[in-house]
Amino acid sequence: MTKEDIKKLVTEIIADIAPDEDLSGLKPDVRLRDQLQLDSMDFLDIVMELRKRYGIEVPEADYMQLATLDGCANYLEPKFAAIAKA
Amino acid sequence: MNLSRIVITGVGLTAPNGNNLAEFRQALLTGKSGVETIETRYIGKVLAGVCKFEATRYQSRKEVRVGTRVGSVSIYSAHEAVRDSAVAWDRVDKSRVGIYLGITEHGNVETESEIYNLSQFKYDTKFWSHYHNPRTVANNPAGEVSLNLAITGPAYTLGAACAAGNVGLIHAAQMLRLHEVDFALAGGVSESIRSFGIFASFKSQGALAHHDDPTKASRPFDKARNGIVVAEGGCIFTLERLEDAKARGAKIYAEVAGYAINSDASDYVLPNPVRQAECIRQAIRHAGMTPDQIDLLNTHATSTPLGDVQECQAVTAAFEGFALPHINNTKSFIGHAMGAAGSLELAGNLPSFNDLVVHPTINVDDLDPQCALPTLVLNQPKTVKRVDAILNNSFGMLGINSALIVKRYSD
Repeated sequence: MTKEDIKKLVTEIIADIAPDEDLSGLKPDVRLRDQLQLDSMDFLDIVMELRKRYGIEVPEADYMQLATLDGCANYLEPKFAAIAKA
Repeated sequence: MNLSRIVITGVGLTAPNGNNLAEFRQALLTGKSGVETIETRYIGKVLAGVCKFEATRYQSRKEVRVGTRVGSVSIYSAHEAVRDSAVAWDRVDKSRVGIYLGITEHGNVETESEIYNLSQFKYDTKFWSHYHNPRTVANNPAGEVSLNLAITGPAYTLGAACAAGNVGLIHAAQMLRLHEVDFALAGGVSESIRSFGIFASFKSQGALAHHDDPTKASRPFDKARNGIVVAEGGCIFTLERLEDAKARGAKIYAEVAGYAINSDASDYVLPNPVRQAECIRQAIRHAGMTPDQIDLLNTHATSTPLGDVQECQAVTAAFEGFALPHINNTKSFIGHAMGAAGSLELAGNLPSFNDLVVHPTINVDDLDPQCALPTLVLNQPKTVKRVDAILNNSFGMLGINSALIVKRYSD
């Protein structure tokens, strides 16, 4: 899975948990919480949906890695690769 | 003690057959039911009163997703009530607004859904939602209203089984009289049709209604009645002290005249007509009235074989020596809206002060002789000479009884 693919599916998750937001102009290098009305509970939703949809675990110590879409892609790429291999 | 008079100045509601008082009243006068067949988890098809209000009129889509169904019911009803009251909401001190919502139960829907969700993940609890606690705390419906309307005064629920709709309003009247708040949003709410457990439990108890025609299933006082139709809904009133309502030139629907809440102390589920009659008499005394001053009595009757007979016995006993008031029942239209029942049933009768029409009890094809109170208004609305006082019965499990009397407002 490419980094662009990962950004797309993270954006799909965000679309579900923040249905009132316009995600068309989301900047990949800017913190998600600076662009969207996302609170800590919403952030936990992203973590939960990654677990439910893709079986990916994000330990609490790594939450900061998901601050931006680029961060998500960089952090999740090896995890998706590991799942693909398994 | 010189107690303030308390008046109802606004009504907001969603019922299975109407999403505001005008629609609801019209449905009650034209025999329109709100009962239909729905699919319920594990059980399959059941009969239920289903509300069809537009939640996103007053909530963002995210609020709907994060919150509960009863939160949406409550927010919709609260907004509608505030709007109906015509209060200058922007100028209201929100720290002096109280939210008091009666509930039969809360948390069953959300807990059942979480457990079902967990079953899809081999019961691994790391898939349990972080929203479970805020969704299931007992104050959830009131708290969601507080968040949505930025009300910073007291906001909580009152657990009172199916007497809850009356109890919410009674509590608000008390808090206003104590000057704990200056403006109250009070009533009852329910989301119970989203819980399979409510249906399954009534079914196990032999108290769940069944009928080929869903609109005929809720039939209090009819010989063929066979149980309860569960409904969802909400009804919230704005209540104020009379002096405040008059100062702002508010429209006044009715004045809270008197009330009583008591307990059977006799059984978990079976009603006790002796205590019900005591409750009715106590409410009439509290209102400073005599039974002949009650013009309209809305029954609690839920369409169960035993409960309806027992309420008729209680009413007969409470009015002994006096002519019975006109008697009707709202559950025959919408089913039993649980925590919302008392409030919805009161609301549906408030227009009688103006139009002098008593909405009927429908679906009575063959009146049970044990329920044949001579003043039952059956199947068709009835125009009457006087409606100056309405008594609303609401009873619930664990033996809680409530009777609330409202009267026509006059100086």
